[in-house]
Amino acid sequence: MSTSSPRETAGTELTLDLESGALEEGLDLGPGASPWRLAWRRLRRNHTALFFGLVFLLIVVLCLLAPVYSHDIAHRSPDVGNITGTVKVGGKTKDIVSATGIPIGPTWDFSKFFLGADSNGRDTAVRLLYGGRNSLLIGAEATVLTMVIAVVLGLIAGYFRGMIDGVISRCMDILWAIPALLLGITLGTMIAVGGIGPIKGDHLWIPSIVIGVVYIPYVAKPIRGQVLQLRERDFIDAARQQGLSHTRIMFGEILPNLSSTIVVFIPLILANAILLEAGLSYLGVGVQAPAPSWGNMISQGLQFIPAAFSDVLSPGIMLVLAVLSMNLFGDGVRDALDPRSKIRIDH
Amino acid sequence: MARFIVRRLISMAIVMIVISILTFLLFEAIPNGNPAFRLAGRNATAAEIHQIEVKYGFNKPIYVQYVKTMENIFTGKAVSYTQGYNVDSQLWQDLPVTLWLAFGASFLWLGAAVGIGVVGAVRQGKFADRFLNVLAMIGVSMPPYFLGAVLLYYLSYKAGIFPISNYVSLGQNPGEWFLHLFLPWITLAILYVGFYSRVLRSNILDTLNEDYVRTARAKGLSPRRVLVRHVLRNSLIPIISLWGLDFAGIIGGGAILIESLFGLNGVGNLTFQSIGRLDVVVILVVVILTSFAVVFLAAVIDVLYAYLDPRIRLS
Repeated sequence: MSTSSPRETAGTELTLDLESGALEEGLDLGPGASPWRLAWRRLRRNHTALFFGLVFLLIVVLCLLAPVYSHDIAHRSPDVGNITGTVKVGGKTKDIVSATGIPIGPTWDFSKFFLGADSNGRDTAVRLLYGGRNSLLIGAEATVLTMVIAVVLGLIAGYFRGMIDGVISRCMDILWAIPALLLGITLGTMIAVGGIGPIKGDHLWIPSIVIGVVYIPYVAKPIRGQVLQLRERDFIDAARQQGLSHTRIMFGEILPNLSSTIVVFIPLILANAILLEAGLSYLGVGVQAPAPSWGNMISQGLQFIPAAFSDVLSPGIMLVLAVLSMNLFGDGVRDALDPRSKIRIDH
Repeated sequence: MARFIVRRLISMAIVMIVISILTFLLFEAIPNGNPAFRLAGRNATAAEIHQIEVKYGFNKPIYVQYVKTMENIFTGKAVSYTQGYNVDSQLWQDLPVTLWLAFGASFLWLGAAVGIGVVGAVRQGKFADRFLNVLAMIGVSMPPYFLGAVLLYYLSYKAGIFPISNYVSLGQNPGEWFLHLFLPWITLAILYVGFYSRVLRSNILDTLNEDYVRTARAKGLSPRRVLVRHVLRNSLIPIISLWGLDFAGIIGGGAILIESLFGLNGVGNLTFQSIGRLDVVVILVVVILTSFAVVFLAAVIDVLYAYLDPRIRLS
C-alpha cells in the first residue's frame, strides 16, 4: 500500500517548522529564544488548552486519592458489596439494593453512597475513583508502550530504508488495516483467556499491552516519514563522516529532532488509549471484573436501564470529561508545536 | 492505468492473506486449549473428544487447519464451536440491519457535514471555526455506547418518542423501521459530523483560492453555481474517500458498540454476543471479513484517486 490515499500522505510529509515560527513572533523574546520556549509561550496563551489540561490534572489527582476517599470518607471498599444492607438517608432507612435488585441512587452525601450503589451494593463513587485509576493507568502505560515501540520502529525503518523498511512498513500497514477496536478485541480475546507468559489473563497489564500494540502504526508511520527526510540533512552526513555508529546517529542525532512530534503525539495517543480501554472493558475484553474501570461500570449500569441510570451517567461523564480534556489539551499542544496541524490520529 | 490497478490489486491480495494468517494464528494461540473439549461438553469421554477432533480437523497440522478454516469461511461452512450455528448464514441474516445502520448514519453525517462545512466556509469567521472544533472534539472524545445510552434513556424511556427494542425490517413497516434506526443513526452521526465538516470547510477554503474558481467567477457565473459546480465538487473528493473507510470502520467498530444497546440484531450485536461467549470462530470471521472490506475499500479509493489524478499512477 505504497500509493497515497489521503490518510497516508497526511502523515508522511510531516515537517515541523519551528524556525519560521521563530521568525514571525519570536522577536520580542530575543533572537536566541529556543523553539521550545516559543512553543511554551504559544501554549500559555491558549487559555482553553490550559484550562482543560488543568481539568485532566484534577481528574488524575482525584483518582489518585481513591484510597483516601475509600478509607477515610466513604469507609467502603471498591470490591466488597453489601446487597442486604441498609443506609440512613435524611433520617429514613433505605435498602442499598432493593428487593427487586435496583440499587440506591445518589444520596449526595460524601460519607455514604454519594453517587449511589451498583447492583452488587458497592459504592459507585468509590468504584468511580478506583475505576478512573485503572483507566488512567492503563491509558498511560499503553501510551508509553506505543510511543517507545513506534519511535524505535519508525527510526529503524526510516533510517535503514530498503528491506528492513519494507518489512516494518508492511507490518504497520497490516495492523493499520484492521479497525482499532477490532484489533483490540482480537488481541483482548486472545490474551484475556490465557494471559501472556507469567502475566495472568485478568491482570491490568493485559489491556495496556493490547492498546499499546493497537496504536503503534498510527505513530510509527509519521515518525518514519520524518526520519526519511531528516536522514538526508547535512548534519547527518556530518555525523556519518565523523564515524558515529548507526545507533548513535539514530538515537543521538535524529531522535532529538523528533522530540516535538513525539510530544504532540503523547496527549493524542493518551486520549485515544483511554477511550479504547473503556470500549474494550465495555465489551468485556479489557479490565476484568471485579476490578472497576469506567468502561465496565457503564456496561454494568446498562443492565438495569432505565432504573439506576446514574450508574451509567457517572462513569460516562467522567470518561468523556477525561478524554475530552486530554484531547483539547493535546490540540493546544499541537497548535503550539506544529502550527500547520499536520499531525493527527485517524480512526 | 491497467498496470496501476493490477499492482494495487496484488498488494491488496497480499495484505489480505497476511491478515488472515495473522488473525488465524492469534486465535489458534488462545491457550484455553483444544476447542474439541468445549464442543464435546463436560462429561465427554476421550473417544468422543477424539471423534470431534477428527471431525473438525483439530488434530491436523496448523497450516492444514488454516486452509480448512479459510475454505470453510469462504464456502459458507464455518460453524460456531459454542453455539453450533452456521456462521456465514448467520452473518448474511444479520448483515442488512448493520448495513442500514451504517448507510443511514453515514449519509446523515455526510449530508450534515456538507451543509455545515459550506456555511462555515462561506461565512468565514471565528465562531464557525470554534463551533466546528468543539463539535469535532466532542465527536472524537465521545464513546458511542455512552452517547447512545443517554439518548436512549432520555428520548425513549423518559420521553417515549422512540421505540426501545424489537427492530422492524423495512419491508414490514417503513415508519417503524425508521423510528427504530433513528437514534442509532443520530448517535453515530454525531461522532463523525464535526470532523467531516471541519475537513470539508478547509477543503472548500483551499479550493476557493484556485485559479479555475477565479476564472469561473470572471466569466460571470453566479456565486451559487461557482460554489456548487466548481468548488464543492472538488472539495468533496477527499471527503468521499474518508467516508468509504469510515463506513467499513462502523461495521468493525461503532456497530459492535451500539447495536446491542438499541436491540438491533446485526453483525455488531452478533460480535458483541460472541465476545461475551468467547465464541472464537465468529470473532475470527468478523475480524477477517471486516478487515478485508477495509483493505478492499482502500484499494478502490486508491484506484479512483489514480483515475482522477494522473500524477499518482505515474509516480
